[in-house]
Amino acid sequence: MDEKGIYLDNNATTMVDPTVVEAMMPYFTEQFGNPSSMHQFGDKVGRALKKARQQVQALLGAEHDSEIIFTSCGTESDSTAILSALKAQPDRKEIITTVVEHPAVLSLCEYLEKDGYTVHYLKVDAKGRLDMREYQRLLSDNVAIVSVMWANNETGTLFPVQEMASLARSAGVMFHTDAVQAVGKLPINLKDSDIDMLSLSGHKLHAPKGVGVLYLRRGVRFRPLLRGGHQERGRRAGTENAASIVALGKACEMAMASMTIEKTNVKAMRDRLEKGILEKVSHCFVTGDPGNRLPNTCNIAFEYIEGEAILLLLNKMGIAASSGSACTSGSLEPSHVMRAMDIPFTAAHGSVRFSFSRFNTMEEVERVIEAVPPIVEKLRKLSPYWANGKPVEDPEKAFAPAYA
Amino acid sequence: MWDYSEKVKEHFFDPRNAGAVEDANGIGDVGSLSCGDALRLTLKVDPETDTILEAGFQTFGCGSAIASSSALTEMIKGMHVDEALKVSNQDIADYLDGLPPEKMHCSVMGREALQAAVANYRGEVWKDDHEEGALVCKCFAVDEVMIEETVRANNLRTVEEVSNYTKAGGGCSSCHEGIEEILTRILAEKGETFDPNAVAGEKKKGSSGLTNLQRIKRIEELLADIRPNLQRDHGDVELIEVDGRNIYVKMTGACAGCQMAATTLGGIQQHLAEGLGEFIQVLPHEELARRAAMGA
Repeated sequence: MDEKGIYLDNNATTMVDPTVVEAMMPYFTEQFGNPSSMHQFGDKVGRALKKARQQVQALLGAEHDSEIIFTSCGTESDSTAILSALKAQPDRKEIITTVVEHPAVLSLCEYLEKDGYTVHYLKVDAKGRLDMREYQRLLSDNVAIVSVMWANNETGTLFPVQEMASLARSAGVMFHTDAVQAVGKLPINLKDSDIDMLSLSGHKLHAPKGVGVLYLRRGVRFRPLLRGGHQERGRRAGTENAASIVALGKACEMAMASMTIEKTNVKAMRDRLEKGILEKVSHCFVTGDPGNRLPNTCNIAFEYIEGEAILLLLNKMGIAASSGSACTSGSLEPSHVMRAMDIPFTAAHGSVRFSFSRFNTMEEVERVIEAVPPIVEKLRKLSPYWANGKPVEDPEKAFAPAYA
Repeated sequence: MWDYSEKVKEHFFDPRNAGAVEDANGIGDVGSLSCGDALRLTLKVDPETDTILEAGFQTFGCGSAIASSSALTEMIKGMHVDEALKVSNQDIADYLDGLPPEKMHCSVMGREALQAAVANYRGEVWKDDHEEGALVCKCFAVDEVMIEETVRANNLRTVEEVSNYTKAGGGCSSCHEGIEEILTRILAEKGETFDPNAVAGEKKKGSSGLTNLQRIKRIEELLADIRPNLQRDHGDVELIEVDGRNIYVKMTGACAGCQMAATTLGGIQQHLAEGLGEFIQVLPHEELARRAAMGA
């Protein structure tokens, strides 16, 4: 594993499971037919897509396989859901979402605001939790769609989407959830929920990049994003990405089979890492809502140092993680998720996310626990907020740079 | 992953002059916590000779912020303070074999810390006049504040004009939507609307009414206005010939062969046209030779 490094960035993307690769390979070679064709070449691929659709249906607990629409990615699924709701209900000009959504939803909403739509961004508290009373107050006949993520990509914090979907249903409002981080990590049973639409992304659950799904509950009014051929029952035109769809089906089957591993092994590794780091490093804390989050995600804010510097030093030791610091994205501000939770700037810039998968091992966890403390110490020695092994007294005053 | 040069990596993994200098007599604290960068530069300056004897840094920041700080301290040790003040952010970036455009502000921070530390040594108070915005043009590292200020100061109304004045949008053109948004917003403040079909620099006046000599002198003056901008990028411009409405110039230094040469010429043309109050065309001097050869 040494030469391959230690991969703890599974919320960014995951390794394609070798079994999944094996399942998709024939669809690049002998199974090249167009599933829409009448002949045997197309028919075999058509059957493979049908099977994949059922595998996705099973993982999501959807009532019908026709509720599964294959797309190119999570972002496409999100855009399709939100734009469809607006197009299908032209009299409704409001959207409800949250301040901590993925850019796939946030950027679209900001763009729609320029087109005259009103977007309500639900705020979060210091642990990243929503105020349900604020949400209920905003639900009205003017709202076209509620779009709320199931699990936060940075902190793993879970939103009560089932409850929120029920409230939306009672108010007669469509409900969409971006569940790209939740699918495969948590049991999901859509037929017993009031969720109308759900986005998932293949590469977050050991399928390849470039394939996603929009779950669309039967009977929910829909307007396609892409019109053209009759693929996906006319709801998403364009020749199917057959090999990747087959792969996603297989990945869903495998995620279903290893669901308990997420709750046991994966969670145990995450908890061990978190405990190990918090014991050895002073002035750091877990962000988000530790009692209510994905089993694979751990986000630790290291105070008085900056995340990109931490990542570069981790990377030098072969350890892959990610950060909410401004510098890792090229923007000037730290992660909008950290800011929304009111994490102080000195800590928000030093937030590091470690995200696991079933392919990690406890041995790797121990190595990371060993690696982190000297890295933090090295950077704190360079920091103007740190002196003699502790933060300087009254850091904000001792170091108050010009134009802060 | 950032495309950091080997030099940047070297200065990040093994920073020089880290930590505060003891008995420092010049301290500069600059940065912006919201941007995730802050730097304290401590200098020990010989009061007799004004020579920087020692320099140390403490940085809260990313890899390139730490590398820029390290590079700066290496560069200025042994320099006279006046000489050190001439170190530009581009010099710091050059010392590190370049920085990604998103990271140029790290080298700006280094230069500002130096100015602040020298001011502190001299018993003056350094005041920063520089504000940073979100990066819009990644090809040429131009931020939102820079574009906004330039648009306001020069009453710009097209993307092309913004490219001519700031370079923003002159490369891959992916940021044109962002530039249009800025123009839309600023024009709206004046009660105007952004017109995507407007032609750059429409307001052309008639002939300037200057004598030939006055006109050439005026052109030289106008070129002198632009020169500092070009020199900042290690380039320059030279006036070769004035033939009626055709003004031939030679781009020198880094401007020669720059992929932005056409845009730069466009910017010069705009500036000259406005300054002279007449329609003119700025052409590269090669064109003069070509036209002569054709026996025109």
